[in-house]
Amino acid sequence: MPEPSPSPTRSTFGSLVLIAVVIGGGATAFAYTAGWLSPTRLTPTRIVDSLAPPGGPSLGHRRNHAKGICFTGIFESNGNGAELSSAQVFARGEYPALGRFNLATADANASDSTVRVRGLGLQLSMPDGEVWRSAISTPEGFYELQLAALSKDPNAMKAFVARHPEFDPFAEWAKTAPWTASYAEETYNSLNSFIFVSGSGAEHAVRWSLLPQAQLVPITQEDLAKLGPNYLEQEIAERVAKAPQRWTMVVTVADPGDPTADPSIAWPPGRRAVEVGALVVQRIEGERDGPCRDINFDPTILPNGVHVSDDPFPAARSAAYAVSYDLRTSEVKYYPYHSEAAGGGEQ
Amino acid sequence: MTSAGNRFTVLQRFLHWLMAICILAMLFIGVGMNSTVAPKYVPLLVSHKTLGVTILVLALIRLAVRLRYGAPPLPADLPQQMRLGAHLSHIALYVLMIALPLLGLTMQWTGAYPIVLYGDIWLPTLLPQSDAMHTLLWDAHHYLAFAFFAVILLHVAAALFHALVRRDGVFESMAPVPTQDEAAPAE
Repeated sequence: MPEPSPSPTRSTFGSLVLIAVVIGGGATAFAYTAGWLSPTRLTPTRIVDSLAPPGGPSLGHRRNHAKGICFTGIFESNGNGAELSSAQVFARGEYPALGRFNLATADANASDSTVRVRGLGLQLSMPDGEVWRSAISTPEGFYELQLAALSKDPNAMKAFVARHPEFDPFAEWAKTAPWTASYAEETYNSLNSFIFVSGSGAEHAVRWSLLPQAQLVPITQEDLAKLGPNYLEQEIAERVAKAPQRWTMVVTVADPGDPTADPSIAWPPGRRAVEVGALVVQRIEGERDGPCRDINFDPTILPNGVHVSDDPFPAARSAAYAVSYDLRTSEVKYYPYHSEAAGGGEQ
Repeated sequence: MTSAGNRFTVLQRFLHWLMAICILAMLFIGVGMNSTVAPKYVPLLVSHKTLGVTILVLALIRLAVRLRYGAPPLPADLPQQMRLGAHLSHIALYVLMIALPLLGLTMQWTGAYPIVLYGDIWLPTLLPQSDAMHTLLWDAHHYLAFAFFAVILLHVAAALFHALVRRDGVFESMAPVPTQDEAAPAE
């Protein structure tokens, strides 16, 4: 049954165009979502790339906080936190802890005295299988991310600080706070705000700190340099071998209206502070074969009873840490697993 | 009703369209979350994991249903190459919709990550951390996801080709609602 010829031809052509448009549109939407059409989008990969020092990244290592040493111990919960959060770890008791003292540097071989900011990666494990990971530090002013967000233009940072006076507290701290010659003498802060959810569903914005029970002994940067490039790792290993080291965990509760979205703005003094327990570091292990090496201390891995707040940085850190983890696990052949054989001697 | 007729069963059509929505959302969430450092990264990641487990369960049900009810025959006049393409692409779609969630789960486990789904559901960890396995599984998950999207585009193009150009009833066999032709059968 012959049909009038022009009509089906036109209709077939039209159909093929329609199909091409649907498929092309789908592919374009996908490419846009993936960021391929947005060369300036701040992706986790770009952040991680921007952290690399001029000589390139330390292959096989974390892309930031690259130098560190593992520890294990326990978290002794005194039960006071249970009123704020239903997380199991706040019920009175002892919970396994695993972590990593580290220096906020992209260079795994940096000398200790060249790195101002020190950090502590921590994982607390709960009997039901949940874990709580965090990456806390001495004041850091979230500045790795700000740096990354900026171009490579050397003046961009100055311009940024001028525009954002809240950035000054970090500069002030970096200038005036004493250096110490021990990871055990440092205070580590969550910096970021999180939400604690109590058993009754009440929510509180909180930040927390680990306050050292060891006495802080100030040292000048010059004197620290004289102790050697890897003194901090030797020192913490010797100190913990003599006696477990303890930090008191203090949770600071925001008042309504306190800024939670900007980690650089401290909350006013006088906020409620709850001592919830103590981190006890019992054993130090080298990172190379230690239990912390394979852990990504992603600060958004939170137990039930804790969740992220409107602070945007945990999400950004989570995205960037995942890229860093994927990179370093794929570079395992560069990681100095049995490095001592090659040269340098222990340290 | 079975697939002995010209259409897939209601259950098969329901699963097809439900999964079409889930899988497209999944692929867009996947590439989207990996291109952002914004706060939405966290909920996107939870959605991705939750949808992934959902898709895995639905895909296994769907495979069982397909084995039980089969599929309507392709039109007798369909050229041999298109017939082969249809079969291979459908096998690829089934393999990918089952493999990708499994790769996602295993790459998380071998990266020592806990898997937490929407509603604070913690899945048990079934594999130990392994750098080499994590890298291999991550690469497979990554590249096969793009392959999956490409096969889906091909699938959509073929479906529209059947619907608009060949008009041979293949599209109607999976259409969510009966088309006019079927509602009022000719002859």
